[in-house]
Amino acid sequence: MTSPVSEQPGAAPANADVAAYAIRLGDDALILSHRLSEWTAHAPQIEEDLALANIALDLLGQARTLLAYGGAFSGRSEDDLAYLREERQFTNLQLTEIENGDFAVTMIRQLLFSCYQHELYRDLESSTDAQLAAIAAKAVKEVSYHVEHASTWVLRLGDGTELSHDRTQAALDAVWPYSHELFVDDELVRRMADSGVGPLPSVLRPAWLGAVQDVLTEATLVLPDDDWQPSGGRNGLHTEGFGYLLAEMQHLHRSHPGAQW
Amino acid sequence: MDTDQQQVAFDALIASDGRVEPRDWMPEGYRKTLIRQIAQHAHSEIIGMQPEGNWITRAPSLRRKAILLAKVQDEAGHGLYLYSAAETLGMSREEMLDLLHAGRQRYSSIFNYPTPTWADVAAIGWLVDGAAITNQVPLTRCSYGPYARAMIRICKEESFHQRQGFESQLQLSNGTPEQHAMAQDAIDRWWWPSLMMFGPPDDDSPNSAQSTAWGIKRFSNDELRQRFVDICVPQAQTLGLTLPDPDLCWNAERGHYDYGVIDWTEFQQVLKGNGPCNRQRIATRRQAHSDGAWVREAAAAYAAKKQAAGATVPVAA
Repeated sequence: MTSPVSEQPGAAPANADVAAYAIRLGDDALILSHRLSEWTAHAPQIEEDLALANIALDLLGQARTLLAYGGAFSGRSEDDLAYLREERQFTNLQLTEIENGDFAVTMIRQLLFSCYQHELYRDLESSTDAQLAAIAAKAVKEVSYHVEHASTWVLRLGDGTELSHDRTQAALDAVWPYSHELFVDDELVRRMADSGVGPLPSVLRPAWLGAVQDVLTEATLVLPDDDWQPSGGRNGLHTEGFGYLLAEMQHLHRSHPGAQW
Repeated sequence: MDTDQQQVAFDALIASDGRVEPRDWMPEGYRKTLIRQIAQHAHSEIIGMQPEGNWITRAPSLRRKAILLAKVQDEAGHGLYLYSAAETLGMSREEMLDLLHAGRQRYSSIFNYPTPTWADVAAIGWLVDGAAITNQVPLTRCSYGPYARAMIRICKEESFHQRQGFESQLQLSNGTPEQHAMAQDAIDRWWWPSLMMFGPPDDDSPNSAQSTAWGIKRFSNDELRQRFVDICVPQAQTLGLTLPDPDLCWNAERGHYDYGVIDWTEFQQVLKGNGPCNRQRIATRRQAHSDGAWVREAAAAYAAKKQAAGATVPVAA
């Protein structure tokens, strides 16, 4: 039985930078959790209804602690951040928001994201920010499972039937461009790196690429060219489908201002 | 032992309130009845993910979203657990799903009602899970061992869901006037279908006598229904919500609440496939299954390749 995490973060971030940093990581987890939860009752087999809901729940738990922590700096709750911000205020990576597509798209997206999150959280375990270090230490165990789950499926799909191979290669070609944004260094992460709070994303890429490539090669998939590299999520620039996601997620909460649930 | 002797041994086991295990001899009728009942139960868990899953992406707080996701995840787990119990009787999960998709095995008709508002999620937790527990607690003493053991674990989780549903309902009832109205509206729609979950009245329940004789069924439909009504009336008072039955009143002589006449025509209509969501639920289920066929085929092909190469492959999970 998975129990929801506490809403109380314990402490507020030391400054606005750490708060913004926690919120962007929280946004990644929240939005990918939302996409995964869309699979509920639609998965290829019941084991996957269960597994995808489980991963969505892990990510939601991470999102809640990160948003609660980041929001504490400006007196905003996890729900204020999730439900009352506009599209341009969300700082999640575009990779986390792209639509589910078929099961291959979902699994490729998960492999690319979970391997990134794994490298990131492992580094954050030694963050100078005690709260982020604690959140990462708990989450990294969950993410190890997400990596294993996605890897296993990419292997089966890539090296399964001809049809599944073709679909998975097409999924990889479609999703790969969004992976570049994971490793963009902007001003905020540079300041985070200078103060020892978090790693420069670009530093994580070699280990990430190694891990991802191992799986893709064994799955008989070909790494796409690094041509198109969409980005903008960290600055609140999102894909067109993201507005619909927020409309669905926020509608009920916004229809009853101030209500408790 | 010949069949007569096996039947005598089986009857003695049932009479002594023993447990029948998968390898034991059992009458064909007993096996078929259990497969039908356990498969229906498993299908209900799986189809039941749809009306509640309908609200995961729209849950009004992250806390409620987490609770709902965990609950729906539990239901998938219950489904798997129950399919496994049914498989011990000799029917594969694949076969059961095919029968569900073909309309030849049933699921609980309660899931053919829609969830148009958030309060429906709370109402399902409080009333539908509440009715399910009332039905299922006696099944923990069912004569078939694997089913009885599955029910012990499932009942624990269901009672957790029921408490969460009650708590959510209480929050709505004590909330804004709009939230209270939403909660009342949901109760108005879910109360009578919940009473129908116990099945037809005793004088119109053809299979009950045999199931009782076999130690599968411990209480009659009407007994369980009465137990549920008696539990719900004080709970509704605590919630500050009104159960939509003007005939509901305490009968001191019986020591139970009297309740109004159930619309069995509606029940029969939903059972026949004419409920608001019958077609949608099955269509969604079939679609998920057919959309996922290439994925399952890929997993099977991959496992076969690895097996041929002499490697051990992790089981699909």
